Amino acid sequence: MAKADIEILWTELEPGCVVTEPGSSKAYRTGDWRSFRPVLNKDRCIQCGLCWIFCPDMAYAQDGEGYYESNPEYCKGCGVCAKECPTNAIGMVEEEEPEL
Amino acid sequence: MAKQVGMEVSIAAAEAVKLANVDVIAAYPITPQTHIVEHLSELVADGELDAEFVPVESEHSAMSLAVGSQAAGARSFTCTSAQGLALMSEIVFIAASMRLPILMILANRSLSSPLSIWNDHSDVMSVRDCGWIQLFTENSQEVYDHVFIGYKVSENHNVLLPTIINMDGFILTHMFEPVYIEDESVVKQYLPDYVPKFSLHPDKPVTMGAFAMPTLFTEAKMAQNEALKASYPYIMEAWKQWGDLTGRYYNPIEELHTEDAETLLLTMGSFGETAGEAVKAMREQGKKVGLLKLRLWRPFPFEELRRAVSGASKLVVVDRAVSFGGPGGPAASEIRSALYDMDPRPQVHNTIAGLAGRDVTVNDFIQIVESAETKKTDDYEIYGVRG
Ligand code: SF4
Ligand code: SF4
Repeated sequence: MAKADIEILWTELEPGCVVTEPGSSKAYRTGDWRSFRPVLNKDRCIQCGLCWIFCPDMAYAQDGEGYYESNPEYCKGCGVCAKECPTNAIGMVEEEEPEL
Repeated sequence: MAKQVGMEVSIAAAEAVKLANVDVIAAYPITPQTHIVEHLSELVADGELDAEFVPVESEHSAMSLAVGSQAAGARSFTCTSAQGLALMSEIVFIAASMRLPILMILANRSLSSPLSIWNDHSDVMSVRDCGWIQLFTENSQEVYDHVFIGYKVSENHNVLLPTIINMDGFILTHMFEPVYIEDESVVKQYLPDYVPKFSLHPDKPVTMGAFAMPTLFTEAKMAQNEALKASYPYIMEAWKQWGDLTGRYYNPIEELHTEDAETLLLTMGSFGETAGEAVKAMREQGKKVGLLKLRLWRPFPFEELRRAVSGASKLVVVDRAVSFGGPGGPAASEIRSALYDMDPRPQVHNTIAGLAGRDVTVNDFIQIVESAETKKTDDYEIYGVRG
């Protein structure tokens, strides 16, 4: 797995910062950008997969029953899935400040 | 055997690009670069050069295409001048940061306005910090040779940086001069086929030109700066190897009559030929004047410069561009800074001359030296301006 940015020394960079490890974006957790999270209403979902197709961070995966669940480690909360869902099965819910 | 022929310098440059066996040429015509790319397009159309010639719709696209084709593993070439460079400059910086060993000939021309098609160095100085290796040439042979030397250095896996060859517009591009045309076998021996370190290929996927957060950007720039500085010994090695093959050796700073010189002139590009004649004439009158011709502009040859000026009491830097509202000409400003810690160091006078192709003759160079000799402090002047 690729190193986190903060650990990389300048001497370790490939020329031109070429990334030689395919799929290294997996190491980049876009989930911590999120201020809204998608919440699925299974009663409305027709399992068409449009949310999975449109999600820019490929956060969706199908569960055993065929429903699409977004992975909070990668979901950045953009709301594209909610906008594209043809049955309005996805609602965007504001993330709350953790209680101190 | 190399054959000496008389031809237009632009045609010689294009013939060198052909011998370098480039794969892709992306260019948009602009005066005074035109004859170079026109000749290349003929060579491709006539089947003499097996390359893709892409007549793009702008210089921004020319450099973008060079970046793309070089990233795909093709030896790429482009050529431009002034406004063309300004238009492509966004991608010029990217080519260096992505460490793509593209070669560009820059037929130096003034940046508008007023609109001018003639020569000065305002174009290249606008991309001074673009991260490319940057060289100045003063005659046809130097342009011709540096096409091979440029690719040789750039494509070295210890370097992987693009190179700009500066040649003065019209003064060089449209001049007819004798030039030694090398045999293909010599060039093949010197410049092997391009082997990219990384290329865009589905068998071995890589990401080029990716995004960096502030947590990584500083490291990226450190690496880029160190890479350009570290190219110096490979440039020296490439010059040495070319010299051993052809008998034509090059240096970061060429010296003429510098032994025991009290006053040194410093020029870049085609000024060198005329300034050389002026120095010879002054020597004949018993004046202790010498000439330094700065060939390597990036990476800047700090040590060579300090060694070359030691012993002189005055250094007269002739710039061909203005740093508006700044310390005079861009070359003099850097040279002053490079010499700041020297003790003793020569007084540095700066003369800005030859803007937009205005002739600077042998007599002008003599006057420039004589006027500098009367000056007491570091300063700059724009030579020959009326009023
Ligand atoms: S787009 Fe909507 S209906 Fe289609 S699978 Fe996703 S949640 Fe279900
Ligand atoms: S909110 Fe955006 S990132 Fe998150 S699952 Fe939906 S489309 Fe993907």
